[in-house]
Amino acid sequence: MDFNGSDTIPGPRTEDHLPQTAEAAVKIVIVGGFGVGKTTMVGSVSEIKPLTTEETMTQAGIGVDDNYGSETKTATTVAMDFGRISITDQLVLYLFGTPGQERFWFLWNGLFEGALGAVVLVDTRRLEVSFDVMDRLEERGVPFVVAVNTFPDGPRHPLDDLRTALDLSEDIPIVECDARRRASSRDVLMTLLQFLHSLALEKAPV
Amino acid sequence: MTPPQRRRRFPKASQEPTPQPPQEGQDPPEGPKKNPERLYVITGPDGTERSELDLVTLIVAHADPPPSATPEQAALLRLCTAPLSVAELSAYLSLPFSVVTVLLTELLTAELVTARAPVIRQALADRSLLEAVMHGLQRL
Repeated sequence: MDFNGSDTIPGPRTEDHLPQTAEAAVKIVIVGGFGVGKTTMVGSVSEIKPLTTEETMTQAGIGVDDNYGSETKTATTVAMDFGRISITDQLVLYLFGTPGQERFWFLWNGLFEGALGAVVLVDTRRLEVSFDVMDRLEERGVPFVVAVNTFPDGPRHPLDDLRTALDLSEDIPIVECDARRRASSRDVLMTLLQFLHSLALEKAPV
Repeated sequence: MTPPQRRRRFPKASQEPTPQPPQEGQDPPEGPKKNPERLYVITGPDGTERSELDLVTLIVAHADPPPSATPEQAALLRLCTAPLSVAELSAYLSLPFSVVTVLLTELLTAELVTARAPVIRQALADRSLLEAVMHGLQRL
């Protein structure tokens, strides 16, 4: 058979099946540079082992490629890790981690369409990576919060200094987190949801 | 140590959007809407249009693979006996999202699967939806 062993394709484990009542899904995107802890964050709150979906790099993407982070291979496909949280028997939340560098923005088509919002995950050792990401999100009108993943060896700045450095307007929340810890990652998502909720209230008061 | 400084390309992002003059022949919007409403269309039986599938569209098979199904289609159908997102199908099959979309479009046309459209962010996120997600997160 051409499509090798369709019987052996690993599917979800029985305990990973969604109930038949699941009828709708929402998504949140976690965006940041390489090694900032996107997959760690997805994994720490996901009810399933994080999965990976790949997409092929377009010509345009290859054209603007540079060597950063891809010295060892020719990047023709880009992987996105994602996880899942069942909210109710009907509603499921998916979390996607996506690289923030400009050459991966082709992945964003479709990804941010209809996403509730985004978490910009920041590494104080490489703050610059998040600059373009935030510009792009603002351009697209995607609401986001900023989470600073605290690395033991990373420079520590007071959040107010980081807010200034990132030129974040006062209304956008910025929090510190430890992406390895479920409770901490959960709190980041909660911060985003509360922010979205306040935006909704602001725009359509009761 | 001073962190590097970002220069915002859109310095006015936090300011009020310029009010648009109402267009003639259009109902006045209920509130300021920055984004056009996004519509996801799942095609009917004629299947002439390509289905708009999102990464988080949930797919459910409602039939066993027919003998005529290709191996890829059969694999897909076996995977989604319980609802599964397009992203998960892509991951388990190790096929790019775009390829899975094509396969699913065929299966949707053949009415072997149904698609449960994702909840999408409107100009305004639905408060009750956000509250539901918050409650779900609190239980984590």
